[in-house]
Amino acid sequence: MNKVVESVEQAVDGIKSNMTLMLGGFGLCGIPENSIAQLVKSGVKDLTCISNNAGVDDFGLGLLLQNKQIKKMISSYVGENDEFERQMLSGELEVDLIPQGSLAERCRAGGAGIPAFYTPAGYGTEVAVGKEVREFNGKPHILESALYADFAIVKAWKGDTEGNLVYKATARNFNPMMAMAGKITIAEVEHLVPAGELDPNEIHTPGIFVQRIFQGQHFEKRIEQRTTRSR
Amino acid sequence: MGLDKNGIAQRIAQELRDGWYVNLGIGIPTLVANYIPEGIEVEFQSENGVLGMGPFPFEGEEDADLINAGKQTITTMKGASFFDSATSFSMIRGQHVQLTVLGAMEVSENGDIANWKIPGKMVKGMGGAMDLVASADNIIVAMMHSNRAGVSKLLKKCSLPLTGVACVKKVVTDLAVLEIKDGAFHLLERAPGVSVEEIQSKTEGNLIVSGDVPEMNI
Repeated sequence: MNKVVESVEQAVDGIKSNMTLMLGGFGLCGIPENSIAQLVKSGVKDLTCISNNAGVDDFGLGLLLQNKQIKKMISSYVGENDEFERQMLSGELEVDLIPQGSLAERCRAGGAGIPAFYTPAGYGTEVAVGKEVREFNGKPHILESALYADFAIVKAWKGDTEGNLVYKATARNFNPMMAMAGKITIAEVEHLVPAGELDPNEIHTPGIFVQRIFQGQHFEKRIEQRTTRSR
Repeated sequence: MGLDKNGIAQRIAQELRDGWYVNLGIGIPTLVANYIPEGIEVEFQSENGVLGMGPFPFEGEEDADLINAGKQTITTMKGASFFDSATSFSMIRGQHVQLTVLGAMEVSENGDIANWKIPGKMVKGMGGAMDLVASADNIIVAMMHSNRAGVSKLLKKCSLPLTGVACVKKVVTDLAVLEIKDGAFHLLERAPGVSVEEIQSKTEGNLIVSGDVPEMNI
């Protein structure tokens, strides 16, 4: 089944204001740069974005924030973004901060048909407020619900025309779970290859989870903290 | 005079045991990797999705796709593996990681920890800290004994929003090694040249001192 779309415009077609999006990536690593740039251009507004981070001021989701296109963020860590902090503290931006493991599992659950699950993370903290508490094996857990999205946008290293995806190194992060949880999942890839070229043994995300795939252009792949050692 | 950040890391490294998988948080904990005792093999997990994390890359060899949870460019060791975030936190919640070292703004005498939020001031988010502290059996907090204003960070009760409840078992600061049990800080070791009286005066929570408290061996 051919999932290829020819352009980023076609890839994000149908994303409208007020929709809920999932966007893969950890920090600026493994983010769908092309699609984010296109969303900025398209001007869609009042988005709810589920993404571990919110980019930096001038890259990644930070671009959508600068443009005030995001109504609500569901994230685990947003520390690298001044504009985010400003909008949150002023109340312009609605923010739901949730533990990183719970965020990952809630996306996975959404894609896996599990409506909710219990986790020890966040028990006794403000994350647990209003959530059911239940003890298992003598330890309290809180009930967390699955997350879903109208569109999930992921970034992969290689993908084939069937939508099978392979990620590189730590750019995998949230992408596989989000790919599962989107009603429509868009994959932007660095290398788009014909079906049959990827080794089926090495597929990370099977094509069944992907509805649209396209060859991304000009990946900047910005590094947030360039740390090196001397030779 | 107590230890500097490297000294704290060096003391924590003595807690490492051969064959352990270890998660190091951002800040002082990251420095622990520089002091792995000789003859011991440990593997570092970074919760964004890598096991077998190595040192920073040589200049010019940075890879934007290869970072740690602090978003720093890293390398991998032989035998490393990559995985998604759900698998990563399965390792953590499933207690497959033997030791977690993380920083804190406050720790209380019953083992509560606060390290993610200062209401109205700093709201960066908890990242993976809540999952880590809720699940790990063996958590060491690495931090300075007092904050920049000179106020004790070892308290009767945390004043900041909690990250986890009754989960911290050990704290290593610039002044001391302390164990948390039965609702009190138990003083195990003093930093070189630091007196019990100084530690006592800088610990707001209940501090138990029994017998002669040895100096750290670093």
